[in-house]
Amino acid sequence: MRWTHWVNFPILAIMIWSGMLIYWANDEYSVTLFGHTYVRFFPDWYYQWLHIPQRLAEGMAFHFLFMWFFALNGFFYVLYTIISGEWRQLVPNRHSFKEAWLVMLHDLHIRKTAPPQDKYNAAQRIAYTAIIIMGFGSLVTGLAIYKPVQFNWLCWLCGGYHLARIWHFVLTIGYVLFFLVHVVQVILAGWNNFRSVVSGFEVINEQPQPVVESNTNEDEKA
Amino acid sequence: MKMKKPKTELTSEQKIKRRNFISFTLFGAYAAAAYGGWRWLYKSPDETAGITAGAHKPLRQALNKTELFFRRLTFNENHLVKTYPREMAAKKIRHNSDIGSEGKLPPENWKLQVKKANGETLQITLDELMKLPKTEITYDFKCVEGWDQISHWEGVSFRDFIKYYQLDAEAKMEYVGLETPDKQYYVGIDMPSAIHPQTLLAYQMNDVLLNGQHGQPLRLIIPVKYGIKNLKRIGTITFSNNRPKDYWAEQGYDYYSGL
Repeated sequence: MRWTHWVNFPILAIMIWSGMLIYWANDEYSVTLFGHTYVRFFPDWYYQWLHIPQRLAEGMAFHFLFMWFFALNGFFYVLYTIISGEWRQLVPNRHSFKEAWLVMLHDLHIRKTAPPQDKYNAAQRIAYTAIIIMGFGSLVTGLAIYKPVQFNWLCWLCGGYHLARIWHFVLTIGYVLFFLVHVVQVILAGWNNFRSVVSGFEVINEQPQPVVESNTNEDEKA
Repeated sequence: MKMKKPKTELTSEQKIKRRNFISFTLFGAYAAAAYGGWRWLYKSPDETAGITAGAHKPLRQALNKTELFFRRLTFNENHLVKTYPREMAAKKIRHNSDIGSEGKLPPENWKLQVKKANGETLQITLDELMKLPKTEITYDFKCVEGWDQISHWEGVSFRDFIKYYQLDAEAKMEYVGLETPDKQYYVGIDMPSAIHPQTLLAYQMNDVLLNGQHGQPLRLIIPVKYGIKNLKRIGTITFSNNRPKDYWAEQGYDYYSGL
């Protein structure tokens, strides 16, 4: 499982980068509310900084190669979690949505205690399941834009060519936001947690601790 | 701490250290390999310029294989492009480029040249083409840049054209090549896409004869391909079993560019 995690990281980075090379050729998206444009994807300084302009063909070539690795890696991850039974620790259950709210309040230091948890807390269950659904969404919307005629049923399913392209873009923004929160949480969770994602085991110092404190130590493993 | 067999049995502290060391070494090796692999690909030389050019060699190979895979898996002449009601067509059709079709070319100064397999060249006027059955289509034209526009076109379907001029031997070949009269722009189309029922030799757009900007007097409308394959102002049509040269495939784009 941690292998697919670390394989995914560079692949996703390349997909996002090559996706920007493609997006540049028709960069029409922005966030406009009541006639005021808040964000325009993307400003010129940003393109210049990353050397994005005039590389559409190159972007497509990279994108259509790494899409295979992205899809295969996702497939292996899902297959592994099913075979190993680890999906039970990852898929949200009926308490998760309520508990996730409590976890969030706790992480934001609004609430003192976090609800009891298994390997992953409720917020993690939701986030880590959502990201897999998002990955699947990227695959589907991507295919819909890639072969809108041959996969016209996929295109229809995504709400048409335009909407498919917008979904594909929004999901990518979603990954970036996920990544930011994820990295902050990893830093807060500390070294032992990070180490376990590399090596596959956790070091637990078995010393009796007061209940409240043990909660605060274990919560932020996102 | 008691250690009865100090040489074989490690303390849990040592085990942790050892496992950490192995894990992080492997992780470092993986990271280095990933980075190295990426540098190799990113710096890999361009393909030798030929029918296709301008792409990294390994990426071109991957593009060709990927396209072939999707073509075999999905391409079917019964997969029709979605059509729209006539009213939805744009009144003002977007104009991106006119390489090879600048300015005007009145139909009376033009003849379509069709090079047959036996060496003969057919010369066809627009009037002759307009006597053939007319096919209309309102569909979403898609540009490789990412924009699209619903537009309305009228002309002769390529299938009807092949039938009328008895180009059956030519239609058995693998590719069709089209070129502008000045040879500045050229495309190669695989035969299954060319004889797709929605492929047109179009002479009208929104009921008016094509003007200078949109490929006067005759252009290709091939809905199963990106706009880059929809050549404006057809001068010559050829048939071949090898890939004909293609303007954008020489600039790093995929040769097939099918949708």
